[in-house]
Amino acid sequence: MDLTDISPDEVVYDLRFFSVNATILWTWIVMALMAAGSWLVTRRLSTGPEISRWQNLLEVIVGYTRDQIRQTIGESAAPYLPFLGTLFLFIAVSNALTIVPGYVPPTASLSTAAGLAICVFVAVPAYGIVNRGLGGFLKHYVEPTPLMLPFNLIGELSRTLALAVRLFGNIMSGAKIAAILLTVAPFFFPVLFSLLGLLTGLIQAYIFAILAAVYIASGEQATPRSSES
Amino acid sequence: MDSQTLIAITSIFTAGLTIGIGAIGPALGEGRALAEALRSIAQQPDESGTIIRTLFVGLAMVESTAIYCFVVSMILLFANPF
Repeated sequence: MDLTDISPDEVVYDLRFFSVNATILWTWIVMALMAAGSWLVTRRLSTGPEISRWQNLLEVIVGYTRDQIRQTIGESAAPYLPFLGTLFLFIAVSNALTIVPGYVPPTASLSTAAGLAICVFVAVPAYGIVNRGLGGFLKHYVEPTPLMLPFNLIGELSRTLALAVRLFGNIMSGAKIAAILLTVAPFFFPVLFSLLGLLTGLIQAYIFAILAAVYIASGEQATPRSSES
Repeated sequence: MDSQTLIAITSIFTAGLTIGIGAIGPALGEGRALAEALRSIAQQPDESGTIIRTLFVGLAMVESTAIYCFVVSMILLFANPF
């Protein structure tokens, strides 16, 4: 990612038959990497005491995600694990791969971040309607008083915007600061800032998934039971 | 000095001002939140998991105003609509 382009949408690779921008290309590469990796690991699962080290890794990830979801939403994590786990893993992997030279994180594009946020925006009413029924879900918009209806609706939209811009801004600022420092102090400081970028990238993935869980929980019940652990 | 130069000067100046002023509030707020979280962890170390999770979510909320300022200044610098 160069200094002059604000988003990886503008980095266009010219392949032989067609041209594709960096966001699409790297999104597909990350998806292929994750799918191939989990296919390779889950090909030979064992339930005995002897498990392979990659199965152990995946079990740790899934178990930890399930624990976090259960503590945040406060009930069985099974219906939420596929959605929230996918969000977390995709964002975490695509942010963590920034250590690979030449890689452009697809989450640094507002299109990717907005797409993920729209997934959350759709998932909140979907989970709410499944759990409480259509009437029960619509009732939470007018819950304290009907006067709160416009504010609830605006809050629904603005938190989706905030979710998208937060992820985009954090990752894009990491890439942009690395590019700026590369022109100013090329040897040592970019390394430190890529370390910082790795940290913020993983924290942003965590925050995105936790916020999605909190929003889903708030669509299902009046108060999310977040303090049970 | 034609209008294009004037717009460039104003954009660069405003971008610096935006991120500079916009970083003050979230920095103070995040510092306060972190101090309070550390204090409550010191008082109740058993609850540190819940406290840290809530702290992260809260910090993300507080930080988003700074991120908005950053995005606005980036738009002014690199994707200026004028």
